[in-house]
Amino acid sequence: MKSITKSIPMIVTLLACFFLLVPIIQSVLAGLTVNYFRGLSSGLTLSWIGKVWALYSGSIFLSIWLALACLACTLVLGVPAAYALARNPGRASRILEEFISLPLAIPGLALALALLQLYGTYQGFRMHWSFILVGHVLYTLPFMVRSVLSVLAAIDLKTLEEGAASLGADPARRFIDIVVPNALPGILAGALTVVTLSIGEFNLTWMLHTPLMKTLPVGLADSYASMRLEVASAYTLVFFVMIVPLLMAMQWASARAQRIMQ
Amino acid sequence: MTPRQFVMLCLLPLGVFTLAFLAIPLGRLILASGEGDAGWAIYLQILQTPRYLTTLMQTVVVSLAVTGAALAISTTAGLFLVRNRFFGRQALLSILTLPLAFPGVVVGFMIILLGGRQGLVNAVTPGHVVFAYSVFGLFLGYLYFSIPRVLLTVMAAAEKIDPALEEAARTLGAPPHRIVIDVLLPALAPALIAAGAIAFATAMGAFGTAFTLATDIDVLPMVIYTEFTLSANIAMASALSVVLGLVTWILLLIARSLSGDTVAVGG
Repeated sequence: MKSITKSIPMIVTLLACFFLLVPIIQSVLAGLTVNYFRGLSSGLTLSWIGKVWALYSGSIFLSIWLALACLACTLVLGVPAAYALARNPGRASRILEEFISLPLAIPGLALALALLQLYGTYQGFRMHWSFILVGHVLYTLPFMVRSVLSVLAAIDLKTLEEGAASLGADPARRFIDIVVPNALPGILAGALTVVTLSIGEFNLTWMLHTPLMKTLPVGLADSYASMRLEVASAYTLVFFVMIVPLLMAMQWASARAQRIMQ
Repeated sequence: MTPRQFVMLCLLPLGVFTLAFLAIPLGRLILASGEGDAGWAIYLQILQTPRYLTTLMQTVVVSLAVTGAALAISTTAGLFLVRNRFFGRQALLSILTLPLAFPGVVVGFMIILLGGRQGLVNAVTPGHVVFAYSVFGLFLGYLYFSIPRVLLTVMAAAEKIDPALEEAARTLGAPPHRIVIDVLLPALAPALIAAGAIAFATAMGAFGTAFTLATDIDVLPMVIYTEFTLSANIAMASALSVVLGLVTWILLLIARSLSGDTVAVGG
């Protein structure tokens, strides 16, 4: 009896792993099998991957481009803002941080509706990739700000800056020579989070995209609805190959930033 | 330039962006909800129209069920992984956090592979077992992306529990289940409430999974989507969005006040 109650946590853990892992393995296999319904005995092939490339390479490149543009925007908007918030800890800063974090709490669908109603009539903007970019920046910005802010809050910024100021460095110089180097672990963790989330973003993008502007996840939804299982699986496999290394790098960088803060 | 001016300059780009693409659009959304034929009574209409009310109830029930299941599974697995060091532990942990980066559509596809018409369960069991497109399929999909989020919150809290507390209880003769009830769960309570709020809010707002499973069951995000795209009922879509956004925001505010951080909301 004792051994059974003792092994329950292990069994639950393993079952949860199976539940999460089995469909991933299925999708990898289906993307590489000649005919999924006849099983592995029909042979392995890369032709489905080739078909995905022919059909969807445009959406893959658009997603990579959007992720990089999103990273640039969150760096420019987020890093200086995190510094300002770290220099003025107080009620106003808390409220501002809480407000820019709203896109984490409000479902992407609601945010997309809000953007569409305000800017949807400006056709030039509506049809441009920067419209999707706005959504991605909105959603990823709080991650960058918080990641940088938590690192800056853990170091004695004031003393460092006073030291530099006494040597004659002006505020801009201090930001570049003192703040940015010290915040680098947080910037790196934030950057990897931003890229990972941008590449996988669907809820906002689905509402904001146009037929000519399909991102990777929008293409995935498209393939799930209209392609045979092998093509959908091969496309999912391509997505996994892109996202899993990013996720691992992101977790590594976040753990590293946490260690440095202690 | 004084340091004070420089700090303000640092905030300026973020301020402009947030005003233009967050504050004003959200304000517009709230106004748009009152611009229908019903005016502001549209919020009353949500409660009086059976279709919306059933949807609301259905979404809450599924989300509650997912929250309960994810808490039970992830707390058990999280405590197991925190207290045991063994070969392959890191691999198990990686598997359990993998879905963090999956969009809701991919999670939906995972459930189709498990329980769809051509799914694994239908293939290995005699008879016709298809559950991907039912409430149960939706439940499994939400569970799929909730397990990692709850797990990370629980594990972060469990690592901070002083092992001496448990040892003290053991030397005083407490059986294992009493240790769990009297020592571990009270110590984990804030983290569990926070993780529960995150799981519930994420499930309430999840769109991609329901969209892929294209189920007949109405959940709130799907109804918002159809009101907007098919019925072109902008006011109702806006009003439902405001209700949904308020609910998830308040829940995550509670979660944040109880534990340090929120895990990415997606799905």
